[in-house]
Amino acid sequence: MESRYIRQTQLKDFGPEGQQKLAGSKVLVVGLGGLGLPALQYLNAMGVGTLGLMDQDTVELHNLQRQTLYTENDLGRSKLEVTHEKLSAQNSDTQFILHDTFLTKDNALEIIKTYDLVVDATDNFPTRYLINDACVILEKPFVYGALHSFEGHVSVFNYNNGPTYRCLYPNMPSPEEVPNCNENGVLGVIPGIIGTLQALEAVKVLTGIGEVLSGKLLLFDGLTQQSIKIGFKANPENKKIKKLQEQYEPLDCGLVPSIAAEDFQILLDSQQSIIVLDVRTPEEFSDQHLNKSVNTPLDHLESASEHIVGAEEVYVICQSGKRSEQAIRQLDPIYPNKRFYNVLGGMNKMKTLCP
Amino acid sequence: MTILLFGITKDIVGSPTLSVPTSSVTGKQIPKTVRELKQFLGNNYPELNKLSSLAVAVNHNYADDDDAINSYDEIALIPPVSGG
Repeated sequence: MESRYIRQTQLKDFGPEGQQKLAGSKVLVVGLGGLGLPALQYLNAMGVGTLGLMDQDTVELHNLQRQTLYTENDLGRSKLEVTHEKLSAQNSDTQFILHDTFLTKDNALEIIKTYDLVVDATDNFPTRYLINDACVILEKPFVYGALHSFEGHVSVFNYNNGPTYRCLYPNMPSPEEVPNCNENGVLGVIPGIIGTLQALEAVKVLTGIGEVLSGKLLLFDGLTQQSIKIGFKANPENKKIKKLQEQYEPLDCGLVPSIAAEDFQILLDSQQSIIVLDVRTPEEFSDQHLNKSVNTPLDHLESASEHIVGAEEVYVICQSGKRSEQAIRQLDPIYPNKRFYNVLGGMNKMKTLCP
Repeated sequence: MTILLFGITKDIVGSPTLSVPTSSVTGKQIPKTVRELKQFLGNNYPELNKLSSLAVAVNHNYADDDDAINSYDEIALIPPVSGG
């Protein structure tokens, strides 16, 4: 084995055999954000042979606080392209497979089946449940990582007949009960820690060293530096999934193209003329609205057509960001040539920016 | 009985831990199972009732609703979290 990996091949329990296993492995990382990037940087550095990259977002200013692979020069570029460029420079031996898409029920099985392991580095429940179900159907293990404020959760699901995500959380939470990830916030360093732990678990699964975090949920609290592990068992019912659900909606953050309120404010302040649809009720609209917006209530969306006819990009806003998301789901199929962006956090968030 | 809170439950309660009275001095019924504990907490913090999947761990192991709890058990409320 070449000297590049000598520091790990000299480890008795890892050795050249471990290195060979990594080199022969194919890992899909879903999401090139706070969790996916640190996981990828280590998997790539350590010599995983094939890495699948998947995301469709572009680099935004508010990403830089935690997504440390990206720089200010990358703003506005596609995450997929930037990540590919930087990881190729980091390790030219790695084969990269680029998936310029989000994971959907229509592509999940086709894509995941070609990999040995999936790293769930997403930021929303629908995709997490979709990854779980697809991995159960295809009998692939996946490394789970998730964040909340100062806290991180890690586990390995569906490994060696072990428990799945649904054994821990049988039902997908509705968007109302757990706050939108973009609204909730996370301290920048926490995803770095959790994503790195995911890389560690991935390497353990691929090479067979150590004790894989299967049947255990690791809870890390950044404020106290306390980690506890919770044991849980497989429910055989959850292994019987034979096909994906018809729908993993209601989708929450990430899957409708969106713009952060901060970035939207910058756009409003610029002299650029933009189309903004406010989909709240006329009463809400008359109470307070943005100067550049027109009122097209969610239950009268047909009134939007006259406003968006000449536009390429359309921004949609409501009070909190949920109705505008619904509106985009309705508008998008009708106007396939236009790009709709959901203003995250809606008027609530905008008010905090310019009271 | 002290309960460790994670994810949104920490935000709902407004603190990382919660003390549940275990003596009957208060005259209130003391939760004896995970189900009763969930009901007890749900009465005090109605927002908790909205969580469709809320894992409860007793002594570092996932517990079912019918599992018994004692005053010396270490209990944790672990809702799913989604951030990435």
